[in-house]
Amino acid sequence: MPAGTNAETLDFTATEIMTVAASRLLKDGTVCFVGIGLPSTAANLARLTHAPDVVLIYESGPIGAKPTVLPLSIGDGDLALTADTVVGTPEIFRYWLQGGRIDVGFLGAAQVDRFANINTTIIGPYDAPKVRLPGAGGAPEIASQAKEVFIVLKQSPKAFVAKLPFVTSAGYLDGGDARARAGIPGAGPTAVITDLGILTPDPVTKELTLTSIHPGVTVEQVKAATGWDLKIAPDLKTTEIPDAGALAALRDLQARTAAAHGQVGGEG
Amino acid sequence: MAKITPLREAVASLVHDGDTVALEGFTHLIPHAAGHEIIRQGRRELTLVRMTPDLIYDQMIGMGCAAKLIFSWGGNPGVGSLHRFRDAVEQGWPQRLAVEEHSHAGMANAYVAGASNLPFALLRGYTGSDLPKVNPNIRFVECPFTGEKLAAIPSVLPDVTVIHAQKADRRGNVLIWGILGVQKEAVLAAKRSIVTVEEIVDDLEAPPNACVLPTWAVSAVCPVPGGAYPSYAQGYSERDNRFYKAWDPIARSRETFLAWMQRHVLDTDDFAGFRRVLAESMKETA
Repeated sequence: MPAGTNAETLDFTATEIMTVAASRLLKDGTVCFVGIGLPSTAANLARLTHAPDVVLIYESGPIGAKPTVLPLSIGDGDLALTADTVVGTPEIFRYWLQGGRIDVGFLGAAQVDRFANINTTIIGPYDAPKVRLPGAGGAPEIASQAKEVFIVLKQSPKAFVAKLPFVTSAGYLDGGDARARAGIPGAGPTAVITDLGILTPDPVTKELTLTSIHPGVTVEQVKAATGWDLKIAPDLKTTEIPDAGALAALRDLQARTAAAHGQVGGEG
Repeated sequence: MAKITPLREAVASLVHDGDTVALEGFTHLIPHAAGHEIIRQGRRELTLVRMTPDLIYDQMIGMGCAAKLIFSWGGNPGVGSLHRFRDAVEQGWPQRLAVEEHSHAGMANAYVAGASNLPFALLRGYTGSDLPKVNPNIRFVECPFTGEKLAAIPSVLPDVTVIHAQKADRRGNVLIWGILGVQKEAVLAAKRSIVTVEEIVDDLEAPPNACVLPTWAVSAVCPVPGGAYPSYAQGYSERDNRFYKAWDPIARSRETFLAWMQRHVLDTDDFAGFRRVLAESMKETA
């Protein structure tokens, strides 16, 4: 976590500003298909702060989940008990996602490239992988069918690579209008939120560009944590620091989660 | 009519070497007890199917039950990797594991297609993903009406599906509630099915539209209270997150894994025995 030392002097950690910045992007009333881990933390923080009417949908079946603590797994009982309704997994993917009812797909990733394509499948050759990752899960169709996609992950040269060994889920493919030409309905990833800043796609080339940098982080740090020559927006903004309310809500949520699960949840 | 029978007998008569077997469960209601019984009875060359293979498939793969895995996400939820699954894929231990991987949408649709007696599932999916390049069972067809390109994958048609559920009545009708995953579709897609249940009751007290599998659609119902452990059965038990975390170091090395399986599964007679020995060993490490 290259930003840790600097950010901590400002009384929040790099992970906290990442989570708060990601949660801020989620507008009230949005219907959000939530991945487990960091996306779930950010989405629930949004629900507990500025977006009480956000609708959280998990691929295991809960629609309108309002968990009291962060789920450790995608199918925790709390998600079902607090949901407006629970449907079968086929229905989630067929009626609700493919049916075009999801505003935002909120995803994590093991690796991304400069066009926000996602790898969660393997490191190394497919037939003789160096590392076998968990695989696709719901991401390929969430990435293509949600109206837009947010990706949240920590930034490092291993995670932000020039060439992915495997494209599990499509971002902007080769950039430009490649995504639209492939016939993918959703707009694609509109923000990649990291522990160092926020990257957004160039309107024309679709190449990820650093448009917001977290306070206490330098452009050199972000470039060093990126496996390609990262473009920096000419009007680079500094990310707003987390407000006290959001930080308190996040810490409270994580403390409740730790008490319930015996660990800090939502990091897995 | 489902036969209400001990789990050992259901596995002996319904699960055979070389079968395609789906032990389904989406975090909730994972049929761990049945997986252990399949390991105890030494089944080999199985094609295992499941959207979210987790610890029980890690155990079955590590014990050499599986020749192939059809799946869409393989991990220890909230913890990390499945080390036995990775060892089989990366190093071929204890034997090479063939892998056919999909997305969740693909798998869920393939179960629906199987339950619907269709040869393949049709979906908008996999566009822009490399998965079709490495999985020849992901193909694309043209809509006969609009010409749109759609993904097609073969139906999941298990020889046997195994699930865990909350309860059955004395005739063998099964009630499932909470997170349903693809349990219903997986049973209806299969030639044979085993349902382990928390309890057998006189009356399911199921409201209309509840998820009930009628007795005549199920082969065997086996009472195994707590049979999903360390997964959970809503209304009966909580997920034991500590065990999911404890599994990580056990499964990291072949030696610790084999010793654990010997003591907890091979040397115990049934799931109640497993739970007793596990309680002892958790106390030792506490």
